[in-house]
Amino acid sequence: MSTDTRARIAQYLSRFFPVQDLKDDDDIFELGFVSSMFAMQLVSFVEHEFAITIENEDLELEHFRSIKALDAFVTRKLSVPAAG
Amino acid sequence: MTATTVTTVKCVVWDLDNTVWDGVLLEDGDVTLRPGVVDVIRTLDERGILHSIASRNDHDAAMAKLEELGIAEYFLYPQINWGNKSDSVRAVAEAINIGIDTLAFVDDQPFERDEVRFAHEQVLTVDALDVAGLPDLPQLRPRFVTDDSRERRHLYRADARRKEAEGAHHGTDEEFLASLNMRFTIAPAQERDLQRAEELTVRTNQLNATGYTYSYEELDAFRRSPDHDLLVAGLEDTYGTYGKIGLALVERGTDAWTVKLLLMSCRVMSRGVGSVLLNHLINSAHAAGVKLRAEFVPTSRNRTMFVTYKFAGFREVGKRDEVSVLEHDGVHLQGFPPYMDITVED
Repeated sequence: MSTDTRARIAQYLSRFFPVQDLKDDDDIFELGFVSSMFAMQLVSFVEHEFAITIENEDLELEHFRSIKALDAFVTRKLSVPAAG
Repeated sequence: MTATTVTTVKCVVWDLDNTVWDGVLLEDGDVTLRPGVVDVIRTLDERGILHSIASRNDHDAAMAKLEELGIAEYFLYPQINWGNKSDSVRAVAEAINIGIDTLAFVDDQPFERDEVRFAHEQVLTVDALDVAGLPDLPQLRPRFVTDDSRERRHLYRADARRKEAEGAHHGTDEEFLASLNMRFTIAPAQERDLQRAEELTVRTNQLNATGYTYSYEELDAFRRSPDHDLLVAGLEDTYGTYGKIGLALVERGTDAWTVKLLLMSCRVMSRGVGSVLLNHLINSAHAAGVKLRAEFVPTSRNRTMFVTYKFAGFREVGKRDEVSVLEHDGVHLQGFPPYMDITVED
């Protein structure tokens, strides 16, 4: 499950970062310039790919920093039923 | 600052048969322009209002006729197909990247106008019989016509060529951006920039952190104020200029600066320049040894700006009414992107 999540995230990120093997804890914010466009695309990708809603308070850099962090964030969001 | 009362129309979407020309192209063949239509198109074009097409027609035949009539160059992203007009209208808004509430739709058939209005109630629908009155509608009378607005159609045409190049590009987005040779300038607003600055505050919705609009006079006062910085950003690349596309207003206190306004034209959304202007402010505040705060007013459309702030290292530190106050942590400092030349003028 989690391996699958990581693979999907890694696949997506490879479109932006010209690195062959992005490691699970590589800090993507240190790999290249993080533009507002990329940030927004990443947020939309995570929402659509994993069918979760990202609230304003979820928008913390720490959740989006690496494949590992994204995986943990997605897993946590999926385990909590959406607030009514 | 004032609320905008009249929604500005940024693009007029035209039907063709019995609207732009008299007759039905596929039945009559030798259609002729309806009197006055081209004058209206030119008048609006000079005001910086764009034009497009939503026509149920044969695409190639209709485009050939528009070329023959000498007016094809006025229309951006024409939608000539057999589908619903409401879909075509939406496609125009998406291709130009403007809100659907900034479109007007002209058609001679009540059915088509109703179909569009039913799907998109914010679109201004106009009967082809009323075309002569279009230039007098308040929605189509921008307060200022600037150099950027007169050039707008050409700016969007250059954008269309960029999009084609981008579609044909193989590789990462960053490699494509590098191929554009972008040059970004940040400079204090001059008097000649103020009309464009006001226009930006009124026209920009998606990449606008607060949605405050300021009049020419208010902006001029900020420009002269020793406690404020009013910065204007411009961008150009291999395909030509994008014009003045960004604006920032910073209130300078003794131990903190506050960003009151940060906005970017939606035409440059995919270029990552919102972060460039913001990073310039972060770095300037850091160099001056002050905190950097920013006001943010969430709307249904400006989430990109919120993400831009959060991912640049801002945290929410306060809230009054609608306004969130964000503050930079002073730690996340980012340089400028490698694919862009940045010039900062004093």
